[in-house]
Order: sequence, then C-alpha cells, then structure tokens
Amino acid sequence: MADKTSSNAYWAANIRVITISMIIWFACSFGLGILLRPALSGIHIGGADIGFWFAQNGSIYVFLVLIFAYAAKMNKLDKEHGVEE
Amino acid sequence: MDQFTLNLIVIGASFALYFGIAFWARAGSTSEFYAAGQGVSPVMNGMATAADWMSAASFISMAGLIAFGGYNNSVFLMGWTGGYVLLALLLAPYLRKFGKFTVPEFVGDRFYSTSARMVAVVCLLVISITYVIGQMVGVGVTFARFLEVSTTTGLLIGSAVVFAYAVFGGMKGITYTQVAQYVVLITAYTIPAIFISLNLTGAFLPQVGLVSGYAPSGNDVYFLDKLDQVVTDLGFTAYTADTTNMLNMFLVTMSLMIGTAGLPHVIIRFFTVPKVSDARVSAGWALVFIALLYTVAPAVGSMARLNITTTFWPGAIDGDTFSKPALSIAEIDSNPELIWIRNWEKTGLLAFTDKNGDGLIQYFNEPKAVTDANKKVADAQKALTEAAADADKAPLEAAVAEATTARDAALEAAMLGGQSLAAQGIVGNELTTVNNDIMVLANPEIAKLPGWVIALVAAGGLAAALSTAAGLLLAISSAISHDLIKGALNPNISEKGELLAARISMAFAIVLATWLGLDPPGFAAQVVALAFGLAAATIFPVLMMGIFSTRVTKEGAIAGMIVGLISTAVYIFLYLGWFFIPDTNMLPNTPDAHFLGISPAAFGPIGAVLNFVVAYVVSGMTKAPPQDVQDLIQSIRVPKGAGAAQAH
Repeated sequence: MADKTSSNAYWAANIRVITISMIIWFACSFGLGILLRPALSGIHIGGADIGFWFAQNGSIYVFLVLIFAYAAKMNKLDKEHGVEE
Repeated sequence: MDQFTLNLIVIGASFALYFGIAFWARAGSTSEFYAAGQGVSPVMNGMATAADWMSAASFISMAGLIAFGGYNNSVFLMGWTGGYVLLALLLAPYLRKFGKFTVPEFVGDRFYSTSARMVAVVCLLVISITYVIGQMVGVGVTFARFLEVSTTTGLLIGSAVVFAYAVFGGMKGITYTQVAQYVVLITAYTIPAIFISLNLTGAFLPQVGLVSGYAPSGNDVYFLDKLDQVVTDLGFTAYTADTTNMLNMFLVTMSLMIGTAGLPHVIIRFFTVPKVSDARVSAGWALVFIALLYTVAPAVGSMARLNITTTFWPGAIDGDTFSKPALSIAEIDSNPELIWIRNWEKTGLLAFTDKNGDGLIQYFNEPKAVTDANKKVADAQKALTEAAADADKAPLEAAVAEATTARDAALEAAMLGGQSLAAQGIVGNELTTVNNDIMVLANPEIAKLPGWVIALVAAGGLAAALSTAAGLLLAISSAISHDLIKGALNPNISEKGELLAARISMAFAIVLATWLGLDPPGFAAQVVALAFGLAAATIFPVLMMGIFSTRVTKEGAIAGMIVGLISTAVYIFLYLGWFFIPDTNMLPNTPDAHFLGISPAAFGPIGAVLNFVVAYVVSGMTKAPPQDVQDLIQSIRVPKGAGAAQAH
C-alpha cells in the first residue's frame, strides 16, 4: 500500500476532481435542463430551445463526456501518486 | 409469409441464441455465479449493464410517456442516465476495490455489523422484488400480443426461459446472454426510428431529426414547431410547453438519478470487471450503450405522437389540421395500411367509439366541462332506465332534460378549430384510449414499415424485459444465499452448498415473481416509484457514507437506513394506499393534496437527506468505528492491490 501522505494527497485530489465533475453534472441537467429553461428560452439549437434540448438530449452527451474524462483523469492521478494497479 | 409466422421465426431465433450462450458460459464456481469470475472486459460489461438496466419500461413505455408528456417527462431521460455519473464517480471504483460480491456484504463489513447487513438485505429484497414483478408483466403482455396467446400463457413461457438460463448460467451466463440481448434490442429500437426520422425530417439520425425541419412541408417549419401547432390545434398542451411545477420536476429527476445509483442489480455489475480503473470506464461504456437508446427515445416519442395525430386528422400532414375531415371508420376498415388500428383495438390498448354517429373519429383533448356534462347526462339516463316500473318517472325525466340542456351549453362553449363543438355536431373525443405502451410496439405499423421490422421490435421488447428480470433475480438470489445464509445463518456452508442455495433461491424468486405477475396488483407504475424512491433513500446514502466518511458508525448507518426506508414508504403509502391496497390511502393522490406539490415519486431525495442527517447525528453520539474498519476505508480509496481480489 502507498504511504499515508501520498494516499491523503491522492484522496484530496480525487475529491477535487469529483467536486468539479458534480458541478458540471448539476449545471447541465438541473441547471440548463430545468431551472434556467425559462430564462434562456430565447436561445435555440435547431428547432428546440436550449433548455428543452439539454433536458431531452444534451445532458446525456455531457454525462458521457464527464465519465470518460473522469476515468482518464483518475488514471493519470493513480500513476502520479503511485497507487495504480 | 404472414406476420405471425415471421414473429415466431424472429423470436425463436433470438431465444435459440440466448440458450446457446447460456450453455456455453455456464457457471462452475460461486465466483463465476455471482461476479462472472471478475474477468469481463469493460466494453462487454458496459453492454451487459445496458441490457440489464434497460427494462420493459425503457424499451416499451418510455417513448410513449415522452410522446404524451412532452418536456415534462424529460425527467426519465435525465434521471435514468444521470445516475451513471454518480455510479462512476461515487460508488463503482470503491466497491470494485472492496472486491466482494454483494451490496449487503459491503454494508456489513464497513459498518462492522451483521444487523446492518441484514437491514441492507431487507432493503435490497423490497427494491428488487417490486421491480421484477413489472418485468414479468411486461414479458406476459409482449408474448400475448405477438404470439397471440393469453397473457397468462405468455408469462409462463417467459418464466421458463428466464429460469433455464439464469439458474444454470449465473452471472457469467447472464452477462454474455445480455450482450446478445443488447444487440437485439438496440437494433429493434433504432431501425424504425431511422425510417421514421427520414420520412418526417429527411435526417438519418433521429437525434438530428428532432431539431430539424418538417419534411412534408418543405423543411421550412421546424418539426417541433409543427408538432406543437398540431397538438395545440386539438386542445392539448404544447409538446415543448414548460413545466407547471419546477420543484416537483427537480425532485423526480433527482430521485431517479440517485435511485439508479442505488439499485443493487446495477451496482453488482461493477464487481464483474478485472480492475478498479475498469469499473470507472465500464460505467462510461454502459452509458454509451444506454445513450444510444435514450437519445433516440425523444425522437421516437415526438414523431410517433405526430404520426398518430395526423393519422386521425389527415389534413394536419400538409396544412391546416381541420382542412380535411377526421379519419372515417370506413377508411380504417378498407385501407390495409390502417389494419393496426383494429389489431391494437383487440388488445384494449387502443379504443374508439363513434359517439355522434357521423362515421368519423374525431380525436381531440376533450375539455373537462364537456366530460363532466356528458357524465351527468349518462348518470341521469341510467337512473331513469333503472327506475322501478311503478316509480314516479317525472322527476327523473326532468333531471335528464336538465342535464341535457347543461351538456348542450357546454358543447356550445367548447371550441375546436375556431368553431364550437355544437356547431360541428361533435359530442366528445372519440379516440377514447391510446395507451403509452403502444407508441413503441405499434410504431413500425403506424409508420407502415415492413413485417420483419415489426417482428424485430417484438424480439427487442422481450430481450429488454428478460435481461432485466435475469439481473434482478441474480441480485435477489445472491442476497439470500450469500448474505442471509452464508453471512448469518450458516457461515460454514461449502462453496458447493452455497451455489446450490443460490440456484434454489433464484428458482424460488422466479416462482414468486411469476405468481405475483399472474395477478398483478395493478400498480406497476407505483411500484417502480417505490423501488426508485427506496433505493435513493436507503442503499445510495449508506454506500456514500461508507466510502466518503470515516466517522459514520454502525448505529448511525442502521438508524439512517431505517429512517430513509420508513419515511419514503410512508409518504408513498399515504397517497397510494397502505401496501398499495386500493382505497386505503389517507390523502388523495392529486397535485393539490401533495405536500408542497411533491408527488410520491419525488420523495426519494428527501428520504435520502433524512437518512444522511440521522446517520450523522447518531454517529456523533456513538463510538467511532474501530481501527480495522478505518484501514478498510483507506484501502478501498486507493486502486492499488485490487488485482488480488479476495478469494472466497
């Protein structure tokens, strides 16, 4: 097992990445898709306003990018902190 | 070749494939039975997870819910995909590092308590059993429609199929069968969607078609604007209209998201991959395969809605909704392209009556005043005909006359296409039933696609229901044999004995689910709300605290789970009846009666917050977890060392 200080720094870095990802996760679905839809109804993507599009399609694409970006970032962190498998 | 033979061939071929795979990949050890020997690649595991996750509800019902709910029902699209972000970031890698087989096992070890493990087993069984009943009912309905047998026979055939490959194959057999089932179901879903998108918008990708122009009018009007115009012409709420209750929409989405991340049969999928890094990326692959269906679903729903509306109002296709008369019954019976209307009428999922006797079926959103006035007339007439022969009929006849006058006034006041209903001789909406579920199953017929596409959709619906049922049964059997029997009742059981116990408990679970499915208590939609709400309020919070807190104690975890379970169940039962027994609800299930407008399906996140608060308060008052548990928490937080997954 990695030494204590390294794994603490690793855990802190992990929590930071998770927090940023969770903010994006919330912003695209609950933010653009629900809460901000009335305010942004003037902006359109093709035939849909931006809130409608994020609620029906857009947030799913963002979720996908988020998970793969998180997996890649964590693989890098694992190596930097010497805790990879 | 007729449609029935075609259905038999396509469904038969898909089943032969599933059996072949289950036999080839049958499980020989408990590790293979519970976790496929932890040797499944992330892409394959992602595909199997997608099939496991996408149930009859996703495949058959969701597009129909979106078709008739419009923007409001985006909650299913965001809720049932956003949960995978939570899984990938907050749960999957740590639970894989933990390296054992079941969710209650983690709860028991992390909270150093067999009681905590048993509370988790209870939550898991309630969630999974309610969920599996819905799948068995879905299997019965699909078999009944496409093989032309009774729903009961359909259900029994389905149970036999699940039994054969789930009991013998275990997780290994189920995983590889689910890969095949995924291919069948995604093909069945996307092929009709592509055809329909090309027809209506000229776009090959349905995702693009949704935001493109409407082809029959030269693409100069957006498809969604066209749809909004057609449905509002008929008095319905616009498809893209904003929600009337933002708080409720927010909470339902949240409930579905954290419920997804807390469903035991989804979580155990991440025990089957070889490494921690694979668990992270496997959740991503699962979402890729789920997104292929979920991003197509809004197009399927909205396009099916336009197609079915323009079928009943042919004028809506290229101009004014009311420029041509409504569809005639003579046309339904003579046009071979409309034979699906009579076919689906037989199942009761579609119904129409020519109320005004003009030979046309007028389909529109009947104003509530008209519905109520018509009901009063019918009630008054019923009272009159049922009156005893020697009774004084005069007051009853007066009541009928009065109700009729009121009804005529209501028809005079209600407008359709710029004229009152009375002026057009319309007495009410004549397409009385359009079930959500037919939007996907009848979609290829409505869009006039070839027979093999119809057969493929049938096979796809069965694949979706069967794969989910198998995954749920596995979660149930491992909770019983591994957590209840090996974990508490008989820790010394041999591996062979445990494998036998797992198979027996799976067989029992199938029999129970079939029995409940034969006589469904008529609450499929409600039990799904219960399953998600409970998963959100119990399993998700306890796993989160187990990983991210070193301070939460066994007392805290047990108290939290119990509070989450009881508060959510009680809130649902208040509106839907105690244990779903009809007429035992204490409050009416209407938006006005809901506390702060929060529907029963939206309570999950509130139950989760209660769980967290109680767990932290109780933990603050009890002794911190012992050193070996602290070591366990530190060890699951780093990937290193996962290769040596604990042997059993």
